[in-house]
Amino acid sequence: MTAVWITIAALFVGTIALKATGPIALRRRHPPRRAVAVIALVAPTVLTSLVLYQTLSAHPTGVTMDARIVGLVVAALAIAARAPMIVVILLAALATAAVRALA
Amino acid sequence: MSNVDPGDTLWDGMRAAFPVAAPTLALGVSFGLVAKPVMGTVAPIAMSILIFSGSAQFAALSVLQGGGAAAAAVGAGLLMNVRWLPMSFALAPSLQGSTQRRTLESQAIVDASFVIASRPDGRFEPRPLVGATLLQASAWTAGTVIGTLGSGFIGNPDQFGLDAVFPAFYLSLLVASLRQRRDRNAFVAVALAAFIAASLLPFAPPGLPITASSVAALVGLRNS
Repeated sequence: MTAVWITIAALFVGTIALKATGPIALRRRHPPRRAVAVIALVAPTVLTSLVLYQTLSAHPTGVTMDARIVGLVVAALAIAARAPMIVVILLAALATAAVRALA
Repeated sequence: MSNVDPGDTLWDGMRAAFPVAAPTLALGVSFGLVAKPVMGTVAPIAMSILIFSGSAQFAALSVLQGGGAAAAAVGAGLLMNVRWLPMSFALAPSLQGSTQRRTLESQAIVDASFVIASRPDGRFEPRPLVGATLLQASAWTAGTVIGTLGSGFIGNPDQFGLDAVFPAFYLSLLVASLRQRRDRNAFVAVALAAFIAASLLPFAPPGLPITASSVAALVGLRNS
């Protein structure tokens, strides 16, 4: 049980440090324009890998192909048809649940 | 309906994060269910309140579950959260006020909130960031409480396809942000990020592919 609490304490401190490093290191300096151009692209790149990770990741590591892929394809079609986000998400969940129920 | 909410209040952030509230709750339930036999009842709940990072908590839990040492569990969890380091640097210039205040606001960084708070010009809105995280952390903690206390009479949340909500949510936000930008650099960066993540995913420790793919943002140094 001690290992559990050591893990929680260390992860707590480590996660705070990771999130605080940017504001503490940069202070209040204004970044140059080229840096802003890079910063503006961080969100799309992170989103791209999150889509892949959330669709293909296996526990605890590696990749696996499962019903989530069907959900993502359905989501992509709904997005292409300009459906509202809540519809996109519901369709993805429904399609994934349907594939799992049939399997 | 615009997918990337343009507002700048706490409430705007909560509303933008609303689609992932239910799946986050469900994910919290499965964390509580899996964690209870390994960590007991109190520790998983304390962990969710203090760390509110599903990916890091699951990573650490799977090490502890396999009988691994605390150091290995911490390593797995932190490796997962290293992705928040580049996001912290990206967010920093948009935070105002004292060092304490900016440090405190930076603690609201989690994946969905970071994206919800981002604007196409590279700026971030701090209040929606905090609002989106408050909603998700509450849902995550509530789910953990339900999972640890109610284990036994809950089925597997995956059967409802809730895990497929996350990729669908992120894809919606990605397409919305690309539709707003329409500059060539954004498309090149996204293609490069996909390539980096896809090549690392099969064998790299979790968290690393997401961190590594943010290198693709350096495409911004090119003139578009």
